[in-house]
Amino acid sequence: MKKRNMKKFLIPALTFAFAGITAGCSSSGGGENGEVIVYNWGEYIDPETLEQFEEETGIKVIYDEFETNEIMYPKVESGAASYDVVCPSDYMISKMIDHDMLAEINFDNIPNARDNIGAQYYEQSKDFDPENKYSIPYCWGTVGILYNKTMVDEPITKWAQLWDEKYADNILMQDSVRDAFMVAEKLNGFSMNTVDPAQLETAKNALIEQKPLVQAYVIDQVRDKMIGNEAAIGVIYSGEAIYTQRENPDLEYVIPEEGTNVWIDSWVILKDAPNKENAEKFINFMCRGDIAVKNFEYITYSTPNDAARELIEDEDIKNSETAFPDLSQYPNLETYVYLGEDGDALYNELWKEVKSN
Amino acid sequence: MNKKLADCVKNIYIALIFLFLYAPIATLMVLSFNKSKTRAKWGGFTFKWYAELFENEIILEALGNTLLIATLSALIATMIGTVACVAMNGMKKRSRAILLGITNIPMLNAEIVTGISLMLLFISMGLRFGLGTILLSHITFNIPYVILSIMPRMKQLNPSTYEAALDLGASHVTAFFKVVFPDLLPGILSGFLMAFTMSLDDFIITHFTKGAGVDTLSTKIYTEVKKGIKPEMYALSTLIFVTVLFLLLLVNMTPSRKKQS
Amino acid sequence: MTSEKSKWLSTPYVAWSIMFILIPLCMIFYYGLTDKSGAFTLENVAAIASAEHAKALWLSLLLSLISTLVCFLLAYPLAMILANLQVNQHSFIILIFILPMWMNFLLRTLAWQTLLEKNGVINSVLSFLHLPNINIINTPCAIVLGMVYNFLPFMVLPLYNALSKIDENVINASRDLGAGSIYTFFRITLPLSVPGIISGITMVFVPALTTFVISTILGGSKILLIGNVIEQEFTQASNWHLGSGLSIVLMIFIILNMITSAVFDKEGTGLI
Repeated sequence: MKKRNMKKFLIPALTFAFAGITAGCSSSGGGENGEVIVYNWGEYIDPETLEQFEEETGIKVIYDEFETNEIMYPKVESGAASYDVVCPSDYMISKMIDHDMLAEINFDNIPNARDNIGAQYYEQSKDFDPENKYSIPYCWGTVGILYNKTMVDEPITKWAQLWDEKYADNILMQDSVRDAFMVAEKLNGFSMNTVDPAQLETAKNALIEQKPLVQAYVIDQVRDKMIGNEAAIGVIYSGEAIYTQRENPDLEYVIPEEGTNVWIDSWVILKDAPNKENAEKFINFMCRGDIAVKNFEYITYSTPNDAARELIEDEDIKNSETAFPDLSQYPNLETYVYLGEDGDALYNELWKEVKSN
Repeated sequence: MNKKLADCVKNIYIALIFLFLYAPIATLMVLSFNKSKTRAKWGGFTFKWYAELFENEIILEALGNTLLIATLSALIATMIGTVACVAMNGMKKRSRAILLGITNIPMLNAEIVTGISLMLLFISMGLRFGLGTILLSHITFNIPYVILSIMPRMKQLNPSTYEAALDLGASHVTAFFKVVFPDLLPGILSGFLMAFTMSLDDFIITHFTKGAGVDTLSTKIYTEVKKGIKPEMYALSTLIFVTVLFLLLLVNMTPSRKKQS
Repeated sequence: MTSEKSKWLSTPYVAWSIMFILIPLCMIFYYGLTDKSGAFTLENVAAIASAEHAKALWLSLLLSLISTLVCFLLAYPLAMILANLQVNQHSFIILIFILPMWMNFLLRTLAWQTLLEKNGVINSVLSFLHLPNINIINTPCAIVLGMVYNFLPFMVLPLYNALSKIDENVINASRDLGAGSIYTFFRITLPLSVPGIISGITMVFVPALTTFVISTILGGSKILLIGNVIEQEFTQASNWHLGSGLSIVLMIFIILNMITSAVFDKEGTGLI
C-alpha cells in the first residue's frame, strides 16, 4: 500500500519534471551582432517590435521587465544583472543622475531621437534632466480623474471634488506616496515637489480628512474597478483612460483645474552598460516613427514621438484630448523630481501616518 | 439513523470547505473564456486566449522555467529537509529548538527582506544571476515547509521499532529505509508538494535573484499587473489545474477499478 | 539514534542554513543596526515604538491571530473527518488541498476581489436570489477571509498528517474502557495531535503576520499592517535600514516560537 502511494505521487511529479527539463533547455546565446539587455516596465512594448529589431540588426534582445521604479532601482544599482537600456520614470531618472549611474547620450548615434521626439517633451524633461543629456522620452501622460457619468450629479473638474462627502465610499485614490500627496498638494496650491514641512503637514491633514470617504487606495486595480462600476471617481494615469473608456463608455477623463503631474518614462543608458553601441541602436530603432506607432497602439500610453503620431490612422485618437492634451492649455503642470533621501523619508513618514490613521 | 445524520453533516461540511477553496479557481476558469480583457466585465464566450497561449513563446518558456525550478528545488529541499529531520530527532532538545528556530526564519521574514538579502549574498559570492541563483533561493525557502511537514510525524515515531530492526541485524541504512522511512513517507510527500507549491507561487524572492530575461510564471504575472493581466494567464492556470486534476483522478481511479474486478 | 550520528546527518542542513539563512540574516542585522552613514544605532529597531508602527504591528498580530484561530476551528473537524476516510486516499487528499495553490497567489487573490466586490459575483448571485448583499470588500473582514483562504491548507495538512497517524486501537481502547467520545477526544485525540497543531499554527500565523498583498488587494490598502510597512520601507522609501530594523523586531516571534516548541517538546518526548 505504501508503495502505491509513492507511485501515485511520482507519476505526476515525474511528468512535470520531464516537461520542465525539456522546456527549460530552449534558451540560446547572443545574436550575430551581439546582444542588448533591456529592462523595461511590464507589458510596456509591443513584442513584435523586438522581433523586428532582432531581424533587422542581428542583435539579440535580452528583455527583462520590472513592476515599479523602486523594485527596478536596487536591482540595477547592485549590478546583479548588467543591463544596458532601462526605462525609468522622471523622478527616478533624476535619482539615477544624482547617483552617477547613467551614461551621457550621444545624439549623433541616435538621430531618430533628435528628429522625431517633440521639443515640448524635451522641455518638460528638463525638470529632472536639466540639460537633456541622459534621457530620451518614450511614453508620457498626465494623472487625472476618471469618473463615471452615470454615478455623479455634475461633471467632475477639480481635485476638490474628491473631498465632497456625497461621494463617500465612491472614491479610488492612488496607493503611492507621491501620487497621493500630489493630489493634496495641488488642492492646496503647493508644488508637488515641495519639501516644506508646513506645506506637507497641511497636505497630510487633507489626506487624513479625505480617508473616510475613500473606498480603497489602489494602483492598477483602479482600471478594473472603474470598468466594473465599483466606484464613481478614480485617480488614474491618462494612458489607462483610453482603454477604460473603450471598455466602459460611461467613463470620462479630466485633467483637474488645480493642475496635475505630467510624467515621462524615458530611455536611459547605464554608465556601465556592457553593450553601449547596441543600446544606442536599440533606442534609435524604438524612436522610429513606424515602430513607435506600433508601440503606441499596443500600450495606449501617449507617445512623445511626433512622427508616430502622424501615422496614427484613427483620427479620433490622433486628436484625442485625453491621449495628446495640449500642455500649454493647462496651468500648474509639473513633473516629479527626486527629493533626496531626506525628502523621500519625510514623505514616507507622513504617508504612513495617513495610512495608519 | 444517527450515524447517517452525522455522515450527512460531515459531507455538507466538506462540501462547504471545498466550495470556499475552489470558488476563486472557478472564477479564474470562467475568466479564461471571457472575450473582454478586463476581469470586471463579461464580454462573451471565447476560446481565443487558449489559441493565443500556445503561440506565446514567452509564456511557454516561463512555464518551462517555473516547472524546472519548482521540481528541482522541491526535490533537493525534500532531501535536505528529510535528512535534517532525522538528524534533529536525535539531537539534544536545546540544539533542536535552535535549529528549528533558524529554519523558520525564511518563512517569517518578509519575502522582500529574504529576497534582497539573498541578492546581496549572491553578489558577494560573485555568482552569475540566472536559473541557478533562483534555484538556490527556492531551495532555501522550501526547506522550512518540508521540515514542518515531516517533524510532526517524526515526533510520533516509535524508536523501539528502529532499534528492534537493528537488533535483528539490519544495518542503519536498511533499518531507516525499511522502518522509519515508510512511516515518514506521508510527511515527506506533503512536504515535497508544499515545497513545489511554494516555489510555483513565489514572486518577490525570484524577482531579486533572477537574471535578465529569465522569467517564471509568477514574475510574468506580476509584471503584467500594471497593464492588466492577460487572459492567457487565466487560460494557462486553467489548463495546469485541469491537467493535474485529471492525472490525479486517473491515478486514483485505477486501483479501485482493480478492486472491482 | 546516537547523537554522533545525528551530528553527521545534520551537517548538510546546518551548512545550508549557515550559508543561505544565517549569513543573509547577518546582513539584515547589519542594515537594521546601522544608519545611512554606517554608524551603529538602535533607532531602526526602536522605531517600532512609534505610534504608526506599533499600531501596524498590533493590527497584524490581531488579524493573524484571528485568522489562525478561524483556520484551526475550520481545519480540525475537517482533518478528523479526512483522517477517518480510507487510508489509501492519503496523497489524493493532500493534493486536493494543495491544488488550489497551483493557481498563482496573485490571481487567486484578485479572483476574491472579483467575487467580493460591490458588484461582484457573490453579490450578483445574492441579488438574483433577492437576498441582502454582503459588503466586506476593503474591510478587515476581507483581509481575514483572504488570510484564511490562503493559509487554510497549511493548517489542514499538518493536522491531517498528525491525526491520521494516531493508532485507532488507542481510541478504541479508551472507548472500551468506558470513556465517552468527548472525553476520549480531549484526553486522547487532542493531546496526540499537538505536534500537528503546533506545526499548523506556525505555518499559518507566521506568514499571515508578514503578508502585505492580501491587505493591499482585499483591504483596499486602508489598513496598514506591519508587512505593508516593511514592504514600503524597502520598495517605496528605499530605506533598507528601517525596513531591516523592523524585520529584526519580528524575529522576537521566532524566539517565541522556539520557546513554544521547546516547551511542547517536553510533552512530546513522553510520546516517543
